[in-house]
Amino acid sequence: MASLTIDGQRIEFSEGQTIIEAATAAGVYIPHLCHKPGYTPHGSCKLCTVNVNGRNCSACTFPAAEGQAVLNNTEQLKQDRRKITQMLFVEGNHLCPSCEKSGNCQLQAVGYQLNMLDNHFPHFYPHRAVDASHPEILIDHNRCIFCNLCVRASREKDGKNVFGISGRGINKRLIINSATGQLKDSDIDVNDSAAHICPTGAILIKHTAYQAPIGERIYDHHSIDEVALEQEHGK
Amino acid sequence: MKNFMQAALTEIAYQPQRLLEILRKIQQQYQHIPPQAIDYLADELKIPITQIVAVAEFYSFFHLTPQGHYQILLSDSITDRMLGKADLTTYLEQKLQLKLGQVRADGLVSLNNTSCTGLCDQGPAALINGYALPNLSYASIDAITALIEAQKPISEWPPELFSVADQICKVDLLLSAPIEKSTGLYAMFAKGLTASLAEIDLSDLRGRGGAGFKTAQKWQFCAEETSQQRYVVCNADEGEPGTFKDRVLLHRYADQVFEGMTICAAIIGAQQGFLYLRGEYLYLYQQLNAVLQQRRDEGLLGDNIVNQGLAFDIEIRLGAGAYICGEESALIESLEGKPGIPRNRPPYPVSCGYLNQPTVVNNVETFLAAAAIVVNGGAWFANVGTEKSAGSKILSISGDCEKPGIYEYPFGTSIAQILNDCGAKNVLGVQIGGPSGCFISNQEFDRQIAFEDLATGGSFIVFNQQRKILDIVQNFTDFFAHESCGFCTPCRVGTSLLKKQLDKIANGHGSAGDVVELDAISQLLKNYSHCGLGQTAANPVLTTLQRYPELYQQQLKNISYEPGFDLDAALETARQLAHRNDAAAHLQQVEE
Amino acid sequence: MANKLKVATTSLAGCFGCHMSFLDLDERLLALIEVAEFDRSPLTDIEHCHPCDIGLIEGGVCNSENVHVLREFRKNCKILVAVGACAINGGLPALRNHIPLEECLLEAYRDGIGVENPQIPNDPELPLLLDKVRPIHEVVKVDYFLPGCPPSADVFWAFLTALLDGREPSLPYDLVHYD
Repeated sequence: MASLTIDGQRIEFSEGQTIIEAATAAGVYIPHLCHKPGYTPHGSCKLCTVNVNGRNCSACTFPAAEGQAVLNNTEQLKQDRRKITQMLFVEGNHLCPSCEKSGNCQLQAVGYQLNMLDNHFPHFYPHRAVDASHPEILIDHNRCIFCNLCVRASREKDGKNVFGISGRGINKRLIINSATGQLKDSDIDVNDSAAHICPTGAILIKHTAYQAPIGERIYDHHSIDEVALEQEHGK
Repeated sequence: MKNFMQAALTEIAYQPQRLLEILRKIQQQYQHIPPQAIDYLADELKIPITQIVAVAEFYSFFHLTPQGHYQILLSDSITDRMLGKADLTTYLEQKLQLKLGQVRADGLVSLNNTSCTGLCDQGPAALINGYALPNLSYASIDAITALIEAQKPISEWPPELFSVADQICKVDLLLSAPIEKSTGLYAMFAKGLTASLAEIDLSDLRGRGGAGFKTAQKWQFCAEETSQQRYVVCNADEGEPGTFKDRVLLHRYADQVFEGMTICAAIIGAQQGFLYLRGEYLYLYQQLNAVLQQRRDEGLLGDNIVNQGLAFDIEIRLGAGAYICGEESALIESLEGKPGIPRNRPPYPVSCGYLNQPTVVNNVETFLAAAAIVVNGGAWFANVGTEKSAGSKILSISGDCEKPGIYEYPFGTSIAQILNDCGAKNVLGVQIGGPSGCFISNQEFDRQIAFEDLATGGSFIVFNQQRKILDIVQNFTDFFAHESCGFCTPCRVGTSLLKKQLDKIANGHGSAGDVVELDAISQLLKNYSHCGLGQTAANPVLTTLQRYPELYQQQLKNISYEPGFDLDAALETARQLAHRNDAAAHLQQVEE
Repeated sequence: MANKLKVATTSLAGCFGCHMSFLDLDERLLALIEVAEFDRSPLTDIEHCHPCDIGLIEGGVCNSENVHVLREFRKNCKILVAVGACAINGGLPALRNHIPLEECLLEAYRDGIGVENPQIPNDPELPLLLDKVRPIHEVVKVDYFLPGCPPSADVFWAFLTALLDGREPSLPYDLVHYD
């Protein structure tokens, strides 16, 4: 079986795997937000950047190859991933205490895992809307990080095309495939994968908040590397 | 609307790949892309509304809200500014009674900025309903505004307003002896395809867009892919500020460029080619289509090219105002009727390009050179230039010099020589390769144009001693923040953070640590961005910070910290609402 | 004890929740006051800050008075600490950043249901509101950040004991929370 090393540790992989797939299978966590096993890799959040033979690559899109020397857990990468996470925090309006996803939020959990204590950069405080039009699903655009998972989930799992990402540069925005642009006029169903896949609190199922109290949620007691490896292992 | 839409859809043969083309027509007809048109297109082309909205919002020539019947876009490149764009803008605003960024209440005219229009040697420039207006002056603005107020159709405007000059100032290897039409094709068939590729290999021709990948190797890779369909794409999306040589090459030597594409098609086995022409060069569209038609009529394109059984044709697809589409995979996305977002690589376009088929994307100049190489032989080309950079480079020279225009030089020519030829005096520095390239100071003029020293896609902007470096860097940094596609986090957020941080320093609000922070943001952009745009977006900062650190440090106040926003202005709304203006109603920006 | 560590605290645009959480140190407070004394703080009623070792700031910056207080702390405190979500990113008060300030004030003082004698307060004694609520690091230089809404007593304890012991403060995974 072919092998590569991650931080000096030899791991085996099979043909066609990306670096993150090989790492996950071997029990090595590489931070990520836009990646999810079973979905077409996107490569946009850049948190999974690793150094492969001296060059930075996105582990979620870059193919594993025989003999690669991959650096993942270096102090430099950790610092820079923290800064990339801080960029995600300042570009939106991520006010955790008022968000029902808090504690179950992957953006937050990545921040915890990287020991991110502040947002460092100046905040953009953009004006973004809430779409509460749908009876069962809420979209709070303030919390969207443009990971594209809902777009892919709708297309690849639900066989629909409910979401899209529009705009350019810092004016990026999540859009809905309906004549009015509102979620209620789209063909989304509350049981769709796309309604449940958001890593942050941007897409929420109504009437389900606070079933688990703050302090008893996923990432309150388990770090995202543990959770991710458990959920994603072997998939 | 239905009749118009049906006619437009028929024209694009209901191909969703030609979405940009139909949106251009809709924009022209309705001054924006109305929601009804979006719904209609989604149904007829069987694509999601989200794709249409995303395309309309991605390309800066499309609008979801109505623009004026006369839509004016002012080129906002640094060279336009150096030629007095700011004063002319003010004058135009007064004449039209309209502020930049607005649509006039009567809906007749709208005014906005746009990125470099490729008229840097004859600026300040603008686009009106997509057509280029070079050499703006107070007099031409008088004429233009009068024509607008009289509501005269643009087709009836005096042609001299639109007269773009070629300004070829110096010719060398390629431009001194352009090939005769069809000689490239005959030479290729006389030699054979394999031998023709061998000549290109021997020539050591490297891509002229700036990255410099070896052309013969690219073609070879593409030819080796197993596939029924292959494509040839000519990248005429020269959006790098300060570049305009492709405009001239296409205006004057289109046949040779198309011949280069046809040769490529024969070698790799492609039947379809595209010229991706930047939207700013709309005025070349008709002429280029006429050239293509002529070539079809003469058997140089079509089903049986020069009676050798070669089948190949070329279609022109227009861009719509997005610098990123110069990146080859973004260009391919755009050709497919999508926002120009660079793809993940691998796979590379040579194996998975347009419609996921093997595709060669080369620069205009590369195809021009390839055609000449097949006629004149690889050695003819390889004998010119340096060891690692064969042949010549066509430069677009603009800025502070007596004779801006097109200059062709053998690779290895020194900057001093070029500055001397174009009549540049009192030079502070030169921006080589555009904003994504490198700023060199007047201590470095013995350096050379070459892949191994100063690589360039052709942009060469001269700055004299009167220019302020930070003004230049601010203009370039704004450009990247505006043109970032927003796909990846470091570039989407980083280009805007860099702009904020640079503005803070340049505007005199920086303090200890702010230059370090500027450098830190730059490094993040450079090391983590998805594509070349983000990776080079901090080059204006980094290359000048390296050469003129004191210039940045001098801007800093000798205090530990100053806010990055205007504190007193943040109280303005509250002051007005409370009708207060006492001392306590104000804040000092820094502590007294 | 002559060389006690001097600590000042304040709440800007905050809810005093961080201060309450600080008091959750409970019996550890007794150990703390052996080695530390409080300068300006809601706990002491001292009105202005004297030179201090540590300044703990709760809350973001929402008005001109917040700016003055924050500057006073920065000037007097060797180490300035942003305590809690609001100091770090504006927190819940920053929810008003979505709404233009004019709309906020008109709704509250003129157009809202049940407003009597409608007028925007204009007494010169009252601080004016900034158009946006800002985290404190956007107004002064900040040395440390203690996240949480509020940070738990353990966070304060871990941070202060590290400083007292001359160690570089750091927060282990369990103590990092944004809620």
